[in-house]
Amino acid sequence: MKVIYDKSPGLTDSALHYCPGCTHGIIHKLIAEALVDLDVLGSAIGVAPVGCSVFAYQYFNCDMQEAAHGRAPAVATGIKRVHPEAAVFTYQGDGDLAAIGTAEVVHAAVRGEKITTIFVNNAIYGMTGGQMAPTTLVGQKATTAPFGRTEALHGKPLRVSELLATVDGAKFVERVSLHDPAHVRRAGRAIREAFECQIRGEGFSFVEVLSTCPTNWGLTPAEALHWLEENMIPYYSLGKFRTPEGGSKND
Amino acid sequence: MTEKVIIAGFGGQGVMLSGMLLAQAGLLRKREVTWLPSYGPEMRGGTANCHVTVSSRPIASPVILAPDCAIVMNLPSFDKYERQVVPGGLFLVNSSLVTKRSGRKDFRVVPVPVNELAQELGNAKTANMVMLGAYAGVSGALDRELFIKALEVIGGKKDHLLIDANVRAFDCGMEYVTGGYCGEIGA
Amino acid sequence: MGKVLMKGNEAIGSAAIRAGCRYFFGYPITPQNEVPEYMSRHLPEVGGVFVQAESEIAAINMVYGAAGAGGRVMTSSSSPGIALKQEGISYLAGARLPCVIVNVMRGGPGLGGIQPAQSDYFQATRGGGNGDYRIIVEAPSTLQEAVDLMQESFDLADRYRIPVMLLCDGMIGQMMEPVELREADRRPPVEKPWATVGTGGKRKPNIITSLYLNPAELEELNLLLAAQYREITERETRVESIGLEGARVVVAAYGTTARIVREAVDLCTAKGIPVGLIRPITLWPYPYAEFDKIGKDCLGVLCVEMSMGQMLDDVKIAANGRWPVHFYGRTGGVVPDPRDIAREIEVIAGRRPV
Repeated sequence: MKVIYDKSPGLTDSALHYCPGCTHGIIHKLIAEALVDLDVLGSAIGVAPVGCSVFAYQYFNCDMQEAAHGRAPAVATGIKRVHPEAAVFTYQGDGDLAAIGTAEVVHAAVRGEKITTIFVNNAIYGMTGGQMAPTTLVGQKATTAPFGRTEALHGKPLRVSELLATVDGAKFVERVSLHDPAHVRRAGRAIREAFECQIRGEGFSFVEVLSTCPTNWGLTPAEALHWLEENMIPYYSLGKFRTPEGGSKND
Repeated sequence: MTEKVIIAGFGGQGVMLSGMLLAQAGLLRKREVTWLPSYGPEMRGGTANCHVTVSSRPIASPVILAPDCAIVMNLPSFDKYERQVVPGGLFLVNSSLVTKRSGRKDFRVVPVPVNELAQELGNAKTANMVMLGAYAGVSGALDRELFIKALEVIGGKKDHLLIDANVRAFDCGMEYVTGGYCGEIGA
Repeated sequence: MGKVLMKGNEAIGSAAIRAGCRYFFGYPITPQNEVPEYMSRHLPEVGGVFVQAESEIAAINMVYGAAGAGGRVMTSSSSPGIALKQEGISYLAGARLPCVIVNVMRGGPGLGGIQPAQSDYFQATRGGGNGDYRIIVEAPSTLQEAVDLMQESFDLADRYRIPVMLLCDGMIGQMMEPVELREADRRPPVEKPWATVGTGGKRKPNIITSLYLNPAELEELNLLLAAQYREITERETRVESIGLEGARVVVAAYGTTARIVREAVDLCTAKGIPVGLIRPITLWPYPYAEFDKIGKDCLGVLCVEMSMGQMLDDVKIAANGRWPVHFYGRTGGVVPDPRDIAREIEVIAGRRPV
């Protein structure tokens, strides 16, 4: 029997703990495939965040460190400075990266740290049970915004890719989405390009992945994908915000 | 034998460097030494001081509460340290900036117009070295050769011009207090 | 090598590089700025790396990453900055990562002042971060000792996979004193098979973490740490003491304060009062057993600190009711006067009315 599809050797055999319909598994797979395709799995060192993907270190088949909430880019900086040849990445959610860890990611970009950050934006705090995130959309309900986010009370959600695109040390910044197979493939290409940017030593690389949280959004997995497409993409536009060749925003 | 000296003045008058040279010279003659600076905002334009202890035995506290000698380069330092000097001690005063007289009779006051003397030498920045020379002349606690060696250690040997200017200033201060001064500036 | 006159902060930096430190992550704060300044100038000379972080929090997490990646790494700061680092120190302890942290203490609480203080004793020895952990805390009282302890700190950190703190006050950081620097450490680096250096496709992934959601596993970690802390307590406690046998009064003090106390002891000796001194060099583990050497003539123990009484707790534990424990402290950056300390000793010795 011919094997036409198999789990990436970039992932361990541990069973994922994520909720049904959660997109973390897809992103793990895309990162693992990129590391294998680029032949850097053996030199890869990843940094797991605090949040739903806190156990990411059990799933990637490479050396991993678990960081404090928001500090992954600082931890990755320490790792990369000791092992400049390693493929170092951080995997972070929106509470981790866009709230408590805003300073760390911005300054890793400012220094042009040669690391790759995968930013999972699902517009909510997942693990702690659906609290408002810095990326929660206006009108979207959360357990700490029970009447929905309002601009007057909470301000509008933070667009991290656009923010980092203003930083010269960030050489690759792209926002992708996982709402259909074509966009999943596009996301895979972006993650691969981000690692290539790191391997070439060009600077900080960053991929924001629009993701779903069916459990905390109160939707079925299929409904969640539609909700992402209809509500998140209009606010978080997809595309490349910065490339090593020069910033350009298109898809 | 322990000599405790406080050197104080405005930030920029070179009191820290004077203290370092005193400590370095002490180390060169194999003494135990400590140099403790004031630090922070007062270094940047306010009043700066350093405590220098040179001793033939291990030094306990680097903090000097009763100096054998206080060298004061400005009026605030005069007011702060006049009372602290031990009876029989030495009080060197920059008389270019401080015209006040001490009321104490139990210690030796030596006024030295270091700014004018330095200016006369053509380098106003060396006023601190003039004072160090005066201290050496009055106390006998700092040897000229060791001073030059200390300058070389701290400032580097390469800058001969700077070393020469500093040594000239040191000599001038020493001559002023030991009676060898032939210039026109009076006490 | 001969003695050179060096400023404390620079001597600490120089000693760290000689001890094999190759990675430094820090953030400016008075009165320790000469440490990062020294490291930024001299680490590149030995192929090392200096990064000025965006905050103390980022700096300690860079230390975490570098330590987890097997580097010999340190950071330095002063009191409020060390407070910010506590999160990272707790994670370092939990993940069992070796590193050296220098605290050049200034007065507090809050922003406090910038003059020397010893008011971070609790923070250092009781753990400012969350969880059931300890770090080794060493307190030099001279620059020579600071330089010597620097090498030892890195070695202890590696041997026990534990963060080590060099707890200095602003005077140690700012003063100049002759120091004899060691030759550079030429021993091969300590093997760290647990470090994340890349699997090379040859082994299972190494994982650096302090997360254990299973209570049994977390208890196991805590039991392992506790066993290690007992071993450190037995083997690595350091103390200097003088004249305990016939002392009428014993003074306990550490760091620069111990030097000031020596002057007070001299003043009392001149008056015929036998005074002993216990100077802890490690603050954790604390040299409780040293107090057992105090002779039967002792009328009381006096703890002197540049704080309102923090080491005092340990002195009371050590005294264990055997002698009355007295306290004299100045704080906020005010340095105690040996004459005042001598007066306290005379009162305890019954030579002066209370």
